[in-house]
Amino acid sequence: MPGVALLVFREVLEAALIVSIVCAATRGVPRRGSFVVGGIGLGVVGALLVALGAGFIANLAGGAGQDVFNAAVLLSAVVMIGWHVVWMSAHGREMAQHMQAVGGAVKAGSRSLAVLLTVVALAVLREGSEVVLFLYGMAAGGIGAAGLALGIALGIGGGALMGFALYFGLLRIPLKHFFSATNAMLMLLAAGLASSAAGFLVQSDLLPAWGAQVWDTSHFLSDDSVLGKTFGILIGYKAAPAGIQVAFYLTTLALMVVGIRWQQRRVSSQSAPPEFPQATVARPQH
Amino acid sequence: MKLSLTMAAFTALACAGPAGAADLTEFTLVIKNHVYQPSELRVPADTKFKLRVTNEDATPEEFESTDFNRESVVLPNHSIIVFIGPLHAGTYGFFGDFHRDTAQGRLVVE
Repeated sequence: MPGVALLVFREVLEAALIVSIVCAATRGVPRRGSFVVGGIGLGVVGALLVALGAGFIANLAGGAGQDVFNAAVLLSAVVMIGWHVVWMSAHGREMAQHMQAVGGAVKAGSRSLAVLLTVVALAVLREGSEVVLFLYGMAAGGIGAAGLALGIALGIGGGALMGFALYFGLLRIPLKHFFSATNAMLMLLAAGLASSAAGFLVQSDLLPAWGAQVWDTSHFLSDDSVLGKTFGILIGYKAAPAGIQVAFYLTTLALMVVGIRWQQRRVSSQSAPPEFPQATVARPQH
Repeated sequence: MKLSLTMAAFTALACAGPAGAADLTEFTLVIKNHVYQPSELRVPADTKFKLRVTNEDATPEEFESTDFNRESVVLPNHSIIVFIGPLHAGTYGFFGDFHRDTAQGRLVVE
């Protein structure tokens, strides 16, 4: 039972932190809650399908199917988050300028919801498929139903608690800085996911490592610890990354910064100079 | 197919195709009764190599190492290949994430 709880906790933790960041970033968007629940539901169904098709996936791409699949899931999330960050950087501001409160908020809101749903579903699918395979093994190995259920409940409960703690912690950021903060967190999250994707492609030799371990801080903060995993999601921390993982991380950040600059220049050349430094979707109510 | 095309584009973009994988030395680990055999594997330092992990159990396992950053699910009666290194001399732990209490081993890189 403790083994079940620990594994489920570790996987749920990673997904829950991602869900919390995306939730905070879409604060104030109407109907957000049902999209989060929908994303989790889709993710769970996806995780079951991926676990069922694990043998099929493993044999794809000349045996590298699992790594290619994981990288593709991660990079899809990176693209969705990146697009959201870049798009919001200009359009949130545009809306604030023109005060198209109603129409703008609905448009921005529906786009944000699509991103929210996809990213939540992808995060749950990726972590969840491992949990499903593990639980299948445990059940086949003859662990009792009670032990299994208790382990799952404790693991999900603990992971979800960490997610809620992060979410409510983020809500304490003053509104003036709130969306700058969540945007920065989304960018770091995306960069970290991109670096993880590169890791999968390196282990199946589809990408060169550019140095198997360019530094090693595992004695200071191990990837396997709860804190290490938390920072792994929040800022993309890796104790001993390959060179190409660092390259993916920095390239993802750079592309987003360039995208934001380009969008802002494009928008400000079309309209009056911006008065508001930061984009907001819609003012959350207190 | 679409995936492999994307991959092909990706690798081309990175200006590097798969390094001569066929030339690399292959080492083997077997998982049986949720234990790695051998539990200690000696590999050369500063050399990239291939590791084949075969799962002879009836349940899935996840071959994982946070010391040399690898994680890959090994289905029952399946094998996976992971490419590792070049690593500096030293000892690097690995484990089976689904059976951490028994599936423990280490790479001795020398």
